[in-house]
Amino acid sequence: MSDPNGLIQPGRTAPGFTLPATPDGALLGPEQFRGRPVVLAFYPADWSPVCGDQMSLYQSAAPVFAQYRAVVLGLSVDSIWSHRAFAESRGIEFPLLADFEPKGEVARSYGAYMPNGEAARALVVLDPAGKVTWSYLSPPDVNPGADGIFDALDQLAADRKVMAG
Amino acid sequence: MSTPLQVTARLRDPVTTDDHIRGPADAAVTIVEYGDFQCQFCGAAYPNLHELLRQRADTVRLVYRYFPIANVHPYAERAAETAEAAGVRGRFWEMHDWLYEHQDQLDPVHLSLGVEQVGLPPDELNAEVENRAHADRVRRDFVGGIRSGVNGTPTLFVNGIRHDGGYDLPDLLTAADAAANA
Repeated sequence: MSDPNGLIQPGRTAPGFTLPATPDGALLGPEQFRGRPVVLAFYPADWSPVCGDQMSLYQSAAPVFAQYRAVVLGLSVDSIWSHRAFAESRGIEFPLLADFEPKGEVARSYGAYMPNGEAARALVVLDPAGKVTWSYLSPPDVNPGADGIFDALDQLAADRKVMAG
Repeated sequence: MSTPLQVTARLRDPVTTDDHIRGPADAAVTIVEYGDFQCQFCGAAYPNLHELLRQRADTVRLVYRYFPIANVHPYAERAAETAEAAGVRGRFWEMHDWLYEHQDQLDPVHLSLGVEQVGLPPDELNAEVENRAHADRVRRDFVGGIRSGVNGTPTLFVNGIRHDGGYDLPDLLTAADAAANA
């Protein structure tokens, strides 16, 4: 089921999906945010020990994402209940999506599923039309930060200016 | 917890006279720290950085930039803005040191006592912090950090390149000496 070509690459149309999301379990997916850049942040698991938690970092960077009108969605195979407790403990206000049943189906469709049953630590940036514009696979124990994401969002903004001009 | 696979991140905002700098201006090695006053790992690194500056007084200088992770550390932003308020009065490092030496006393009441201990007027500083007079400066440091690849706290850049090693004194000495001899 996992994509044999690895993580989804720029230029491809992002597979559509909806998953239950924090805080209230409503179904969310990237198609609901057409017209805005969408950042999909796949991560192995809630509560996993990384020095400087990646999702906490993205929450603290929320004002910067807002400048780009970018939507951040966190995804792991954890259930909505785990996501809720995790979001509460770290003060995470952006949606965490539960790729829980069928387990890892969305992660697989993006080539971001690992043999150990967790999502990979992978970043995928979608342009406002839903096409992949940048993707990055990080070692599972390394927080990739956000610099690559913001570079991709800058590039998107620059491309749009060229198109408009 | 880094691996060789990691892309090396570089400091994008160069050090300027607006920065808080401790150590000689002509130091061969500049360490830029992105820190959060409520972060225990920053607290653990603090005495080691202090000792590094003592042992390498002629070659190393330290630059401190704010990187409060406010959703996890509720007192971090206020502590950073208080340090900046002290900074505009020429007392940044005294406040910085007090904060790292009293990480369990960052609530507003104890923080005011700290400001007093540093020799500054607590009511005046409190008012500035309440008015968010220094929020832009703290935000500017944070954004520059996140654009440079800061992925947690503390993050150090040694002569512009992210230090992905540890924060124990031997790790820091090794990194500083390597940069000095590069």
